[in-house]
Amino acid sequence: MWIIKHRTIFYTFSIVLVIASVFSFFKWGLNFGIDFTGGTLIEVGYDERPDQGVLQEQLVALDNSATVRPSGTSGYLIKMKPVDQAEKAKVMDILKINENASTTINAELKTFDSIGPVLGKEALRKSAVSIVLVILGIVLFITFAFRKVSEPVSSWKYGLVAIVALVHDVIIPAGAFSVLGHFYGYEVDTLFVTAILVILGFSVHDTIVVFDRVRENLRTQGKRTSFENIVGDSINQTVVRSINTSLTTLIALVVLYFIGGKATEHFSLALIIGIAAGTYSSIFVGSALLVTIEKWGKKNL
Amino acid sequence: MLFVVAIIIGYFVYVSSLPNSKRPFILGLDLSGGSLLVFNADVSKLDPADVKASMTALRDDVEKRINVFGVSEPLVYTEEGKSLSSKEGAYKLIVELPGVTDPDKAALAIGATPKLEFKVISDEDMKENSLMMENLNSTSSEQQNFLALFKETGLNGTMVGRASLIFDPTTNAPAVGLSFNQDGRKLFSSITKAHKGDYLGIFLDDRLIQAPVVREEIPNGQAVISGGFTVEEAQTLVRNLNFGALPVPIKLISTQTIGPSLGNEAVKGGINAGIVSFMIISVFLLIWYRLPGLVAVIALGFYAVIMLAIFLLAKVTLTAAGIAGFIITIGMAVDANILIFERMKEELVNGRSVSDAMHEGFARAWLSIRDSNISSIITGTILYYFGSTSVVTGFALVFVIGVFVSMFTAITASRLFLYAIAPSRTTRLSTFLISNGFTRMK
Repeated sequence: MWIIKHRTIFYTFSIVLVIASVFSFFKWGLNFGIDFTGGTLIEVGYDERPDQGVLQEQLVALDNSATVRPSGTSGYLIKMKPVDQAEKAKVMDILKINENASTTINAELKTFDSIGPVLGKEALRKSAVSIVLVILGIVLFITFAFRKVSEPVSSWKYGLVAIVALVHDVIIPAGAFSVLGHFYGYEVDTLFVTAILVILGFSVHDTIVVFDRVRENLRTQGKRTSFENIVGDSINQTVVRSINTSLTTLIALVVLYFIGGKATEHFSLALIIGIAAGTYSSIFVGSALLVTIEKWGKKNL
Repeated sequence: MLFVVAIIIGYFVYVSSLPNSKRPFILGLDLSGGSLLVFNADVSKLDPADVKASMTALRDDVEKRINVFGVSEPLVYTEEGKSLSSKEGAYKLIVELPGVTDPDKAALAIGATPKLEFKVISDEDMKENSLMMENLNSTSSEQQNFLALFKETGLNGTMVGRASLIFDPTTNAPAVGLSFNQDGRKLFSSITKAHKGDYLGIFLDDRLIQAPVVREEIPNGQAVISGGFTVEEAQTLVRNLNFGALPVPIKLISTQTIGPSLGNEAVKGGINAGIVSFMIISVFLLIWYRLPGLVAVIALGFYAVIMLAIFLLAKVTLTAAGIAGFIITIGMAVDANILIFERMKEELVNGRSVSDAMHEGFARAWLSIRDSNISSIITGTILYYFGSTSVVTGFALVFVIGVFVSMFTAITASRLFLYAIAPSRTTRLSTFLISNGFTRMK
């Protein structure tokens, strides 16, 4: 069917996105938040915001990596190295968060996070391992679930196709956040890693559904039509279901993005990008790859 | 069968109406506002066999100190050697203080391990350097040399059995009365016996505060430190000495404070997002799937109610990410239903009767449901186990529970309602109602 026929187009689209993402990694890297680098993040709200330059100057005197960014219309976001209690008192003074402050300034401490570097590195390591483990777990599961399907594509190749789809689904949101990180300061924190893991678990859903169908159709029609047709039919039969499932989840996520509050804003964005990418890869790339692999197998005979 | 279902429904509705009265949802720090302190526990000097017991003692100790501050429902717990923690970071002490937005005093009180030491200086050395005693706070090099003349005795604060606040009878100045424990008493006795005429320096946190002369042997283990304290200083020292040194030295490595306003915003946003997404998804389901769509909406309602009931009964702590997870699982809960309905439509297209199509739909779809949810469960479990912050584990817990409950509601509630409303005759209308989408029917 047409998805399989034009699979080259879809491969190309995916490859372009992946290359763009990888390019972005090399050029701009990922903007890691203090969850991973350690440091201090302070968000303050004011009735009447003091001058940004003055604050920056005073903070830089304590730590020359300190930065002050406006947050919304009446607040500031301050980033600096981890502070101990003595330094924290000085910072609070500078930001006018203490009892002696005048009432017009009226500073309100919204959040204060100070994370030591040891904790940060640990979080980074745990995140990397989690991602690897989840990918491994899922691939093993697929290989196991499809172990009895050896013709014309051996079962471990199903697992392989799943890996390709998963890696694709992880690189694209990461690439998006690399770009967003560079231009808008979006940060990669532990919630982002959580989003990636959810994307991994979710994207495999649709892939499994199609593979399931392929397996079933192989059983009933294996001898009658070509593998390519079987896969095409399978996609046909499952595409509505795939789109609808992703659609309902995306609805929930879009709503969350717009009215769910700031804490989960970037989280839902990462999920939206990832699940969209995941649905695309399952429908347009994953199954098509099965056909490609089968054709390569034939060529080598 | 339907009666049982009705009873279950009634119970769940009742349970979920409780939130407003006696048992509110347990909100994580990021929703209620408060502080989270993470300490690194240095177990390097402990015998490996003692580590577990020491960490428990540490937890209890710190909890006692926190309770002095009157924080409502503080949480103190230790995190021990989870896999992949760095060597230094393996053992941690975590303190959650809901509602406390200025955790500095608490952090200080928790970490305070007063270092009290008694050192001896000989008579001659003291006389030579008597000027040094004039300015005990000096940090000059002569002062350092002077201090180095004091010899360690091995007597320190850990041997103090009890400290108490006393007032000098003549001057009314506050002082700290020490009562050494058995080991301390013996040591104190032998020191005072051996060094009659010499001076005993009392060092607090490496600062010399007093150096009285040893007049005679003191066998009863009683001593008084009167280093010019204010009442508050004396009280603090008494309290810290009585709590004793912490069983394991700790160092503050992370502080997180969330102001309450941000928390309220997150709660409201979460609730709104939940309600709105439920509504939009319901509309979509009704339009696309019609009658089964109605069943799906009801099943979704069940799902939400059961989840809320679980949050309450199992005392699950809700965080902002947890609420997000709940909302995501609402979207995903529909998944199993959609699988079944699509299958049903296929069976209808293949010419089966409506009620047969329903039964076949369920039977065939179960494998797909199971397989696709397993991957989510794998993800959720790994997230929960490796999550380094309560934000992540809060999400993972809600996520995994959601996946299981959604499978349950799809298989039981959906099936129940579908069978209940299954039209017995296959007509164009019933086929339309049960089918979905906009394809042409045979």
